Amino acid sequence: MRRLLPWIGIAALLFLLIAALAPGLLAPADPLAIHPTQSFRAPSFAHLFGTDESGRDIFTRVIHGTGASLLIGVSATAIGIGLALVFGLLAGLGPRWLDFGTTRFLEVLFAFPGLLLALLFIVVYGPGVVTSTIAVGLATAPGYARIIRSRVLVVRRAPYLEAATVLGRSWWFRLWRHLLPNVAGSLFVLVTLGIGQSIVWASSLSYLGLGAVPPAAEWGAMLSAGRTYLTSFWWMTFFPGLFIMISAVATTLVGRGLQERSRDS
Amino acid sequence: MALPVGALPGSGARRSWVPWALLRLGGVAFVLWAVATVTFFAIRLIPGDPAEAILGGPGSQASAAAFAQARVDYGLDQPLFVQYLQYLGRMLRGELGTSYALKQPVIAIVGENLGGTLLLAVVSLIVAAAIALALAAWSARGGRVASGVGWLLEVVAAAIPHFWLAISLILLFSTTFGWFPPVSVPGPLGLVLPVLTLALPLSGFLAQVMRESILDAMASPFVLAARARGEGSGGVFWRHALRHAAIPAIGLAGWAFGSLISGAVVVETIFARPGLGRSLLSAVQQRDVPLVLGVVLVVALGYMLVTTLTDVADRLVDPRLRAS
Repeated sequence: MRRLLPWIGIAALLFLLIAALAPGLLAPADPLAIHPTQSFRAPSFAHLFGTDESGRDIFTRVIHGTGASLLIGVSATAIGIGLALVFGLLAGLGPRWLDFGTTRFLEVLFAFPGLLLALLFIVVYGPGVVTSTIAVGLATAPGYARIIRSRVLVVRRAPYLEAATVLGRSWWFRLWRHLLPNVAGSLFVLVTLGIGQSIVWASSLSYLGLGAVPPAAEWGAMLSAGRTYLTSFWWMTFFPGLFIMISAVATTLVGRGLQERSRDS
Repeated sequence: MALPVGALPGSGARRSWVPWALLRLGGVAFVLWAVATVTFFAIRLIPGDPAEAILGGPGSQASAAAFAQARVDYGLDQPLFVQYLQYLGRMLRGELGTSYALKQPVIAIVGENLGGTLLLAVVSLIVAAAIALALAAWSARGGRVASGVGWLLEVVAAAIPHFWLAISLILLFSTTFGWFPPVSVPGPLGLVLPVLTLALPLSGFLAQVMRESILDAMASPFVLAARARGEGSGGVFWRHALRHAAIPAIGLAGWAFGSLISGAVVVETIFARPGLGRSLLSAVQQRDVPLVLGVVLVVALGYMLVTTLTDVADRLVDPRLRAS
């Protein structure tokens, strides 16, 4: 069963990827078409996930929103990992004072726990898709940076790197051919786990009305639109939320699978 | 069997506590200063005139004289460096300024809302720890079913957004069964759903960490030694393995604090519960800079407090740390 779970994750990711790249295959209708006479319909065979306040089909909108939502998660993770790589490499490879300074700086960032750094960033630059994506990336960066730094410190002392130094390899060669690939191995797991987390965080921000705005067919935006109707028309928030959860569970399953695999070998 | 006496102040371990505590205190002071500085200059990056935010946001029709007055009132007419020094001075005196939107001292707003959030966070933490403990104990003894349940909860914990859990709990327990109110009413009944929303994901993480270290401890020499001394399996579990498992769980405290605060923003909004998280959110939405700053600083202070207490607890629980 445990061996099977990563494959379930991969299957779910494939489904989401199809929905992101060719949404028309799964839901041929127009996600923005309104039918005012059919508003607030409960889930049925005609409307699998029901309809929203303007009579738009929620299943169609969820499928068409996959691309944008996954893109937000992937970009936020890319921003977080990118920043973390800079800090982690500076701290792990630089002279001691640089390591000291970077580590202290990261400690200061850690004092803004959870979503706090993201909220601070949004206060400065205003709500929106782009700012909330950057905000999530920024908020996750310190955690990644700490892991990357400790990984760099381990790899730096590895015998094969010493051997490369003895062989007279240049600094850049050692960085590109030895250090980065070995750090990247652990990064891969971080990234898969991080994408799910970023989607969850970005959608939380959208739910709070700080991210993507309606009427865009994006999961977070659909959530914040459905917020007002929460108690009477639950399907408006439930199904976009379900898809957020599916994508997060899928990436987590794949990430854990990779983690256990690398631990076994 | 009592705890080792060396753990308590007043014994021989006192000497090593003093320099450690001073170093810690210096670190806390540094981080707080840096947090205050970072937030001060970050806030200056906001495009637009702060006086406009004071007088009712963008597009306010206030007169030029009112703008000038607001600038003088809030000290915005001074050079940036002077404003920074004044800000640090006020910080030291515990003054956090006046909220733009609510026109009340920030410290009063924070004081009003702190209690609700603290209650929510502490109860959630206790519930989460209880669930995690039960799960960890079960999976340390039981076989595949227990570890399967633990694993599932852990994945779910990582993947479920707080708001979605809250919505699902509302749909299940208040819309369908009608057991608990969908909005947080005063009293213990209104606390149940918000606490569950915060505690369930947290317990997944805690249980995972505790399970691994309990299994680790059960296989270690000190457990073997305890068994050889003739201690029963219950005693071995509660006194030795659990204590070992507490170490990484305590290490998660800072992270758990952040997760609880972020969760509180969402949970307090959904359940319409007064608290620090909800004031932070409305301050962010209205760009009420002094209030955001105040809440951020209080949370940072709380975080530093939690991590410092964590270190103290670590040294109390793990005798190996005191030696070094």
